[in-house]
Amino acid sequence: MTSARIFAVGGLMSYRALFYWLTPMIYVPSLVVAPVFQILLMAYIGRSAGLASDEFYVVGNAIQYAAIPCLFAMMQLVGGEKFQNTLGAILVSPAPRLPLFFGRAVPVVLNGAFVSAFSLVVGSLILDVEIPTSAIPSLALVIVVAAFSCTGLGLINAALALRIRESAVLSNVFFGFLLIFTGANIPLDDLPGWMQTVSDVIPFTHSIEAARKLVDGAATSEVMGLVGIELLIGAVYAVAGYLLLRFFENQGRRHATLDRT
Amino acid sequence: MRTLRLLAFGWWFQFKTISRSPFEGLFQIIYPLFFATVAFLMFRAGTDQKTLLYASLGSAVMGMWSATSTTAGGAMQRERWHGTLEALVASPPHFALILLPITLAMSTIGIYCLVATLAFGRFVFGIQLTVEHPLAFAISIVGTVLSFGALGFLFAVTFVRFRAAWALGNLFEYPVWLIGGFLVPLVLLPEWVRPISWALAPTWGMNAIRESSLGGNPWPDLAFCLALGLGYVTVGVLALERVLGAARKRATLSLT
Repeated sequence: MTSARIFAVGGLMSYRALFYWLTPMIYVPSLVVAPVFQILLMAYIGRSAGLASDEFYVVGNAIQYAAIPCLFAMMQLVGGEKFQNTLGAILVSPAPRLPLFFGRAVPVVLNGAFVSAFSLVVGSLILDVEIPTSAIPSLALVIVVAAFSCTGLGLINAALALRIRESAVLSNVFFGFLLIFTGANIPLDDLPGWMQTVSDVIPFTHSIEAARKLVDGAATSEVMGLVGIELLIGAVYAVAGYLLLRFFENQGRRHATLDRT
Repeated sequence: MRTLRLLAFGWWFQFKTISRSPFEGLFQIIYPLFFATVAFLMFRAGTDQKTLLYASLGSAVMGMWSATSTTAGGAMQRERWHGTLEALVASPPHFALILLPITLAMSTIGIYCLVATLAFGRFVFGIQLTVEHPLAFAISIVGTVLSFGALGFLFAVTFVRFRAAWALGNLFEYPVWLIGGFLVPLVLLPEWVRPISWALAPTWGMNAIRESSLGGNPWPDLAFCLALGLGYVTVGVLALERVLGAARKRATLSLT
């Protein structure tokens, strides 16, 4: 019961605290307007390069942009505590770590999914990309799974924020890698072999492929394999992130470096 | 002479400070390389080497703009956070002469981005850079940096009332990349967008750099770029007078 309370109440409070800095003044330009412009930019570069259709870029970038809320919010949930000198108080508490950290991840997943869905809708309307009505429930599932998967990577990012001072830089670097490797903008077949290998084991690649198939009219059953792989990748990253968090927490205690910013 | 000395020393001091910041210095060089990589891969998958050179120059100037837009919006707020804004405003020189070198230093970091992106394109993607008019190319880069700094100055002044000015600065990164014609020819954009493009110095700066590299005539584009830069500074100085006057009247200069 205590774990459930820490998971739900702790996660919610922590996310509300996130809005201390993630105010509408930041949320609207960064998470509402910017993803739409990323879609437009990539779609027009795609037209200029003669590479793929608008639909390719709308779907790819709408899902890939969930990386910004997922990576930055997870980083901020640890880095923000460090900055405000509350990290020590949290980590000295006897609260079980599993609900403590994963509770903080749930609102991040939901917010990431919202950003993706909103970008997909607005991008489709502007560039006149048709999304079949029958595909909407399955697309919603794919978007949530994609946000979950990236939040797993966000946990690793959060763990690294315990050790690295410039965690915002690191989040942007992760975002940049996802932009290149996930197939959001370049068809995977056009990537060099080693890049395709990397693509297979990072968040978004499979969910973007699944979403494109759904928009092209595939049945939900045809993409469940891709969704399953994306879920598995997200789970592996989440577990790795949790273990890394525990490792850096122990290291921080041992070397008395937790509050070093 | 004293004004020029103040501008030069201010620029050099700020440039050295920014160069040592991991976020404003090193990161501003690395981050555009991700977008350059995407652009190179997209154009390589799409068409030929000639277009790759177009993409290389465009990506390089994208980086220059990133270095300015993401940091200049919050230039005045940065001084506020450091607790130095009041001292700077109260000092005898006009505050514009203190703020302009800051945004110019931010845009100068863009030269690192330009060199890094062109070198990245050359050594990783094998894109040969041909510069038909080297002198005009160098002058075009300097002119573009000056106009970017001027636009950054205008951002810094007009965004000062917003607490999250940096977020507004970030907001202008993608739109200017798109409508400045860096990687997308303006003819591909809707017609109503073109007048907005023409009002942006980056559009003309990009044209000047491209023309001087590919063998065209960069001087008209460069003249437009510098004229717009001068216009931004003029509007910025006028806006600054009003902003500072209002802040003094309401005692809100140090409010965050």
